[in-house]
Amino acid sequence: MTTVTGETTETVEAADTAQTTEATGTAEAAPYGNGVLGQPLDSREDPQLLRGEATYVADINLPGTAHMAILGSPVAHAKILSIDTKAAEQLPGVLKVATAADFTDVMPLPCIWIPGGVESHFPPHPYGLPGARPVLTGDTVRHVGDPIAVVVAETPRQAAAALSAIEVAYEPLPVVTLADEALKEGAPQLHEAVPGNLNAYWTCGDKDRTDAAIAVAEVTVELDLVNQRTINSPIEPRGAVGDYNAATGEYTLYASTQGPHNHRFLLSALVLGIPFNKLRVVAPTVGGSFGTKGYLYPDMALVLLLSKALGRPVKWVDTRTGLMNSTVQGRDHRQHVVLAGTRDGRITAVRATSYANLGAYPSTIGPGVATALMGRSISGMYDIDAAFCEVYAAFTNTVSLGAQRGSGRAEAAFLMERLVDRYACEIGMDPAAVRRKNLVPKEKFPYDNGLGWTYDSGNYQLNFDRAMELSDYAGMPARKAEARARGKRLGVGIASYVAICGVGPSTRMSKEGMLGGTWESANIRVHPTGEVTVTVGSASTGQSHGTVFAQVAADELGIDPAQVQVYEGDTLKAPYGQGTYGSRSYSMAAPAVALTARKLKAKLVKAGAVFLGVPEDKVVYEGGKVYEDGNPENTKTFAELAMAMWYGWGLPPEIEPALDETTHFDPPDFNYPFGTHVAVVEIDELTGETEVVAYTAVDDAGNIGNPKVVLGQIEGSIMHGLGQALMEHAVYDENGLLVSSDLTRYALPRAFDAPFFTLDKTTTPSPHNPLGAKGAGEIATVPPAAAVVNAVVDALSDLGVRHIDMPVTPEKVWRRLRGEAQ
Amino acid sequence: MDLTLNVNGRPEKFTAQPNELLVERLREGLGLTGTKVGCDTGQCGSCVVRLDGRSVKSCLVLTAAAAGSEVTTIEGVTTTGGELTGLQEALRQEHGTQCGFCTPGMVMSLGELVDSTADGDAPTEPEIREWLTGNLCRCTGYHSVVRGVQRACEASRAEVPAGSPASTAVGQEV
Repeated sequence: MTTVTGETTETVEAADTAQTTEATGTAEAAPYGNGVLGQPLDSREDPQLLRGEATYVADINLPGTAHMAILGSPVAHAKILSIDTKAAEQLPGVLKVATAADFTDVMPLPCIWIPGGVESHFPPHPYGLPGARPVLTGDTVRHVGDPIAVVVAETPRQAAAALSAIEVAYEPLPVVTLADEALKEGAPQLHEAVPGNLNAYWTCGDKDRTDAAIAVAEVTVELDLVNQRTINSPIEPRGAVGDYNAATGEYTLYASTQGPHNHRFLLSALVLGIPFNKLRVVAPTVGGSFGTKGYLYPDMALVLLLSKALGRPVKWVDTRTGLMNSTVQGRDHRQHVVLAGTRDGRITAVRATSYANLGAYPSTIGPGVATALMGRSISGMYDIDAAFCEVYAAFTNTVSLGAQRGSGRAEAAFLMERLVDRYACEIGMDPAAVRRKNLVPKEKFPYDNGLGWTYDSGNYQLNFDRAMELSDYAGMPARKAEARARGKRLGVGIASYVAICGVGPSTRMSKEGMLGGTWESANIRVHPTGEVTVTVGSASTGQSHGTVFAQVAADELGIDPAQVQVYEGDTLKAPYGQGTYGSRSYSMAAPAVALTARKLKAKLVKAGAVFLGVPEDKVVYEGGKVYEDGNPENTKTFAELAMAMWYGWGLPPEIEPALDETTHFDPPDFNYPFGTHVAVVEIDELTGETEVVAYTAVDDAGNIGNPKVVLGQIEGSIMHGLGQALMEHAVYDENGLLVSSDLTRYALPRAFDAPFFTLDKTTTPSPHNPLGAKGAGEIATVPPAAAVVNAVVDALSDLGVRHIDMPVTPEKVWRRLRGEAQ
Repeated sequence: MDLTLNVNGRPEKFTAQPNELLVERLREGLGLTGTKVGCDTGQCGSCVVRLDGRSVKSCLVLTAAAAGSEVTTIEGVTTTGGELTGLQEALRQEHGTQCGFCTPGMVMSLGELVDSTADGDAPTEPEIREWLTGNLCRCTGYHSVVRGVQRACEASRAEVPAGSPASTAVGQEV
């Protein structure tokens, strides 16, 4: 197979950039760039990782560390009648056993994304934020794994062993695990404050207009869809180390976090009730996250509280089963969706009703993910006159819902792309032709999708046509015949998508219900020796920030990226920022770096006038030096400027000495990457096994900082999406027990589960940041599930199959091959 | 029980519990934290080390059962800050790592494959993928790792440094 990236579409790219630049008045080019941005530089993080020398939370061993283990509920829903910890306290090495009674003055963990227009049902925190779950549950457990007690002991084994000596008496309560079931009359109730388990009824779009369009439509198609619950499964489970310093009264938390600043804010002010400036949060190397490590978890507070109580550092490292029963899970919508259109393939309306399963408690931002992030995206790449989405977000006896790579947008793309194929089948038109007919034309940008998003820029036709060409879509009938001759059923599935990224504009997000700013900042400090330190508020979970942000600064300043060192992840050292999520670091933190570098250049031009003895308008900054326009002999290098500014001699009063600037970047709006993927599957008639035999993806993430880094993210994202389509499923039984609670029972894609992908890109810069960047990291997770299921349905369509639920297991397909109903 | 292990060429004497796992001894007893723990069930491969030359999951081996053996961990592959092996260099050039948590286990596992094929036929792509079955990665989708192994095998067989212009590059057929 061929992996195509980068230069192969030079003409496409060039044409595209020119067109969109003209159409949108978009991203200005970096005026003094040295060309290192956009280059596939090797990741400078890699050697350390390859030698096993990076420090993850579990590798941190502070002197005197004690070890914490958490007792999670073995039942999904019950009243706690009593907890007896005496026997556990007597066991060897045990230092402390604590329950909810020990933490009555600790505030609950807050939920900071309440869907816009929805009231919080939970008691308020200071600063008006609603509480959501206690650090330990004292009265009623609501999911398997709900934390009840903790043990701190000298060794991890002693702590784990003592858990089984804690005696808890439960009075079982009835259990509900599905969102739509939870909303029915007489369903088990989870929270007294939330009658009927309904956390939010949330809508977007125009209901009347949509209903009217559907009522008069020539054709309507409907689907009932299950977007199954999945578990993100970073290979590093979460962990936390708390270290309280009694001498200074300061707390330090080392945690596997995507957003150390966010966790500092939420934990200090809102949970522990300690001054913001007494808590330092450090994210060491983080072993993958995909959304899950941005959330506030009880363990983060507990290690700090127990470190203070015991006068020793306290460390907790999760197990895989623990992770699966406590770390936020993803997706989980049950939907009824309708599409209306004309006989000749024009889509006139789309309507979705979705039951979203929030789990037992509102997670830090889960309710927003299940509503706005999903609902406002449902119309995808299409120019549709009327659209409406309603979400019933309900509580059930399952682990809390959160983000997952492509969150919200993947669920939206799945429903829309399934509908488009269903519609194409109904009117007997080619699915590609239907899509092409309905793409938002490039003249219409910025495009208001009628659901709350305004797409910034795009050339969907170019992107779509490239995907059709690269996948050899026209050649599929021949491939089908060839496969049939081998006894295989070949199916082709297309999925297009628009993914909202670049969260985000703080004011816009506040209207969405986000209780906090979502800007990002960067500081650049030029040292007297000419070396440069960049610090950013974002925090990598494997995205090579150290490499890419150095490229941004070096490109702007016209210096060698090797001169630039990047620091992040430690709230003591880094400027504020919200962290890495929703594919935002390169379109939020990198622009902050670029703008800061521009401030430095502007200052160096002013100071250069002094040093060169010429008027400011005669000073040119280029290639990492300043010189006199027309007289390049009169020059100062970057290193000379750095030293001169460090000394500060001869500077006029309006120019401060030293080179140290900070920018807080809050974009005017989101950015909207997009793309088209084509999956080709072969189904074995005998076994029902689905094999992905070819996969083509053409994504558009605007201007890209480091193609090598982005390539890796695209490949990983597609594999993640294929995982949902083919095998991943968090299965709860009728008692609320998570059956798939370890990696022997929860399937993740392995190396042989997909061949190399055929990849390409188009480039449509975003006008909403100075780099023209759009989100990239997780966008390719958005369409694969839809592409694969479309392909499977295509392969089975002659049997009358019109839909098949994920995961598309061999058993399901085998049954359909034999004519069984879904 | 009193045991001896040869770890990265050094004899280590200690007392182990009968139910102690090799990964616990390495990480907690000997402070060799390059070996990672990602699951409880021997599925993820983050804890792979070489035991008498063969790659094994150290979370599935009792320390006692390894007594007297030669153990090589990721720390034994290169010196701190030192030059990368051919495999590591090839993985670096293909960016076969992102968060890096699964990486030491992959390097230990794939090292055996690359070593075993240095004098014979290079492994085919399906063979590399089959070999990688015991290592889970959630970031990369494995493709850059597979390319890295192909590059490493090519380099070791051609006896040219990995990364020479003749090697596979992103954007070309692989």
